[in-house]
Amino acid sequence: MTLTDRQQLSYIASQAADARLNVELETEGMTLNIGPQHPATHGTLRIICRLDGEQVIWAEPSAGYMHRGYEKLTEVRTFPQVTTLVNRIDWLGSFANEVPFILAAEKLMEIEAPPRAQVIRTILFELSRIANVSLFLGDLGVQMGAVTPVFLAFRDREYVLNLIESATGGRFHPNFDRIGGLKDDLPKGWIDEARQSVKKLMQFCDTIEDLLFGNEIFQSRMRGIGVIPAEVAKDYGLSGPNLRASGVDWDLRRDQELPMAWDKADWKVWTHPDGDSWARCWIRLQETRESCKIVEQLLDQIPAGPVMTKVPRIIKVPAGEAWVSTENPLGEMGYYVVSKGDLGPFRVKIRSASFNNISVVPWVLKGVYVPDVITILASLYFILGDIDR
Amino acid sequence: MTAEADDAPAALPGDGLREGIVDDLRARIGDSLVDSHIAPNDDLWVRVATASWRETGEALKAAGFTYFCFLSAIDWMPSPYGKGEDDPDAEPVEPDTEIKQGVTGGETRLQLLARLTDLDRHVGVTIKADVPDDAAVMDSWSTLYAGANWHERECHEMFGIGFNGHPDLRNMYLPTDFEGYPLRKDFPLLARMVKPWPGIVDVEPMPADDEDDADADAGTDGDAT
Amino acid sequence: MVQFAIEIPYWGQSLLRVVGGLVAVLLPAGGIVYLFLFKMMSFMQSRLGPMEAGPYGSLQLVAEVGKWMQKEDLAPERADVPIYKIAPLIVLLSTFLLIVVVPFGPDAYFTDFETGIFYAMAVGSVSVLGILIAGWSSANKYSLLGGLRAAGQLIAYELPMVLATLGVVIQAGSMNLNQIVVAQNDGEIFGFGGLGNPFIITQFVGFLIFMIAVQAELTQVPFDMPIAESELVSGYMTEYSGFRFLIFFIAEFATAGVFAFIASILFLGGWGIPFDWFGWDGADLGTVDNWMNVAGPIIMATKMFILVAIIMWVRFSYPRFREDQLQTFAWKFLIPLSLANIAATAILKVSF
Repeated sequence: MTLTDRQQLSYIASQAADARLNVELETEGMTLNIGPQHPATHGTLRIICRLDGEQVIWAEPSAGYMHRGYEKLTEVRTFPQVTTLVNRIDWLGSFANEVPFILAAEKLMEIEAPPRAQVIRTILFELSRIANVSLFLGDLGVQMGAVTPVFLAFRDREYVLNLIESATGGRFHPNFDRIGGLKDDLPKGWIDEARQSVKKLMQFCDTIEDLLFGNEIFQSRMRGIGVIPAEVAKDYGLSGPNLRASGVDWDLRRDQELPMAWDKADWKVWTHPDGDSWARCWIRLQETRESCKIVEQLLDQIPAGPVMTKVPRIIKVPAGEAWVSTENPLGEMGYYVVSKGDLGPFRVKIRSASFNNISVVPWVLKGVYVPDVITILASLYFILGDIDR
Repeated sequence: MTAEADDAPAALPGDGLREGIVDDLRARIGDSLVDSHIAPNDDLWVRVATASWRETGEALKAAGFTYFCFLSAIDWMPSPYGKGEDDPDAEPVEPDTEIKQGVTGGETRLQLLARLTDLDRHVGVTIKADVPDDAAVMDSWSTLYAGANWHERECHEMFGIGFNGHPDLRNMYLPTDFEGYPLRKDFPLLARMVKPWPGIVDVEPMPADDEDDADADAGTDGDAT
Repeated sequence: MVQFAIEIPYWGQSLLRVVGGLVAVLLPAGGIVYLFLFKMMSFMQSRLGPMEAGPYGSLQLVAEVGKWMQKEDLAPERADVPIYKIAPLIVLLSTFLLIVVVPFGPDAYFTDFETGIFYAMAVGSVSVLGILIAGWSSANKYSLLGGLRAAGQLIAYELPMVLATLGVVIQAGSMNLNQIVVAQNDGEIFGFGGLGNPFIITQFVGFLIFMIAVQAELTQVPFDMPIAESELVSGYMTEYSGFRFLIFFIAEFATAGVFAFIASILFLGGWGIPFDWFGWDGADLGTVDNWMNVAGPIIMATKMFILVAIIMWVRFSYPRFREDQLQTFAWKFLIPLSLANIAATAILKVSF
């Protein structure tokens, strides 16, 4: 491994030599390893930065400290067992991970979940988005030294987690989605409780907007930093709020036909023309509010009926290939499922949002200062499990 | 093309649009378009010749597919180790080693797979190309779609497919001196080799089973320990 | 010199001073940590804070100190060990040097410099040395960046701080801290002496600049880039653990207390209450009653805790600046503003 590191360092040095800025002064750069154990990397992402003073002249993320080989593992699991694995990809919004895979399997089997299951799925999907993004909004402060918002985020996120727990039995990894519907119906009184909680979350959004987004220091740290133009964003395959913050009006919830209930609610896709860190954070804040709205409206529209269609006890998925992607909290999450008619999938390609979102890092970090590295990474918002799978 | 773009958010793509895309692609790359498949009102696959992989990317980018979704590969050879989902006590079955490609067919064991999206027309396309069996090297898309850089690195690491013109094919996940390509089917999943999966067969007694069975099971457990 | 009824030998006086210095530094530090870092922060973040050790967790700090004292005294392998070990002591030393000139009553002081404020500003920046060598000797890139940031920041904010105090010095006509206290409590605003003349009213701009500079000197949010736990892990104290970290920790909050003491002297009237209330004559300190030597420290502590509350309130609610924004703020905004403040003060002083 020492040899490897040395090779890597000589590579870095050769890159840095090209980009050296202070040729007249003959200053020497410094290589800074941000991570894998670093308080700002939400896990074990390592970013190798070549610095000139505090300016980054070259940066390269090094993922893989958390690779769990899910694509290989899916090949030896049956279809229902795969949801247990994919639950753990984006662990803050687990339920949203299950949905596209289940939808892909249902597409191959040519069945659809009953309307009641579709609406409940959409509600839980949006709740997991709220659970995910509310933590982002709190964490945003911590990345910049404001310690208070994250506690407020944890406090109010609890309401959502309690909802998810009482509906599914799991706070973090619900594993609630089944091919053909849902495991259970909602418990009694859940809908009223959900209404209360969503109101609290709307208040939380207002608090965060006052506390962070209205703060001049926050604005000066965020505005005009880490600008990603729309062309670059599309080229790198950025998705979700990161794409919409660059002014691309693309939301898979709206722009795609899926057996889900988003079209039953009245909501808005927010875009921002700037493409900077501020835009990305602001879009996420607005999306949390939209998610609350969606949940609020769908709670009134849950149709009566079963939550499960008739499926055989041992599920064999017919041969074929299907691609389903949904707008997950982090961005576009899709599964390319190949089945050969067995109990388990033949191959599952997991297209996770953070993998693409982070691949833009070498481009966007060139020339920024070390403190901005942290804010840009925070605004891109990645989850390690979602990069490494 | 522009008509759809105008009323974009409302209009969802139809099969006519997909046929138009296939015709447009055929006009741009000619005979290199080997096969295409349209799942009615759902999705579109095209398979192109190995040599024109990059050309296809350029043509589709010019045709409006500016959003890069993912790039990966499939090893179509069935795993020689089976799927490990059968009852471990049962007689092992001779695994079926015949290579059967999926949608739009194929001729080689490894197949490259990529997906592009047109954000204006709200349509996506899955592109496939055979990877030669003797020399698994393809042209790189990394200068065409910047996002392909990491996907090709991952693909190189997991399937051993080389990419011409890629700036930096280092491993992302595995140690540099790792041998083998984990996502190829002939790479054994060691966890399954060491301890076979109990399989789809229920080893635990189902709740519906009567008392006697449960007792008997408990007894055997005791003996085993 | 402290006046006592009985004669105390010189060594006894020295001992009293040392004990008094320790109390004046460590007691406020402990109070600040418990009141603000444990309890106020928890209140703001909708949690309880420590509740187990002692009533309402009041002995938590003792437990923490005990924990830190037990830890092994580690130094990184490639560190410059002697100066690595001495760095925290230098930082704490500057705090003790600062408390020397702070008067707690008409006679309750450690030493009475004629140019006390000048001395305070001078020794206040000794801590930069400690931080810089801590950053350099740790053999850690994050520490180095933190140390360099601290050096740049503390030097940049030294200036507005000095310039802000100049307005006070002009108005009081003295650099002696005790004289500044007297000037405030004995003064009058447009002929009304009922409240004295606390300089926070006439020198409000100076007070704001001073408090901002103190915030930066203490490396508290929004100026905590030298520590910046989300960027530089812990800045210059990344590699420190055990009791050396404890010394840094104490120094941080003790310095907050001492700077708040100085700010309360400069702007809030220090140990005094308006002399008019008791008919004292500020021109001759002898007329001030002796019980002020006991009441003074309590008054000072109250004012100090109010000022520290402001510092901590800002610390718990604001995000941090970027390094270049901080320098821009200091050089392009605070320093011109404080120069303008001096000019205005001088003109008004001459014309009235």
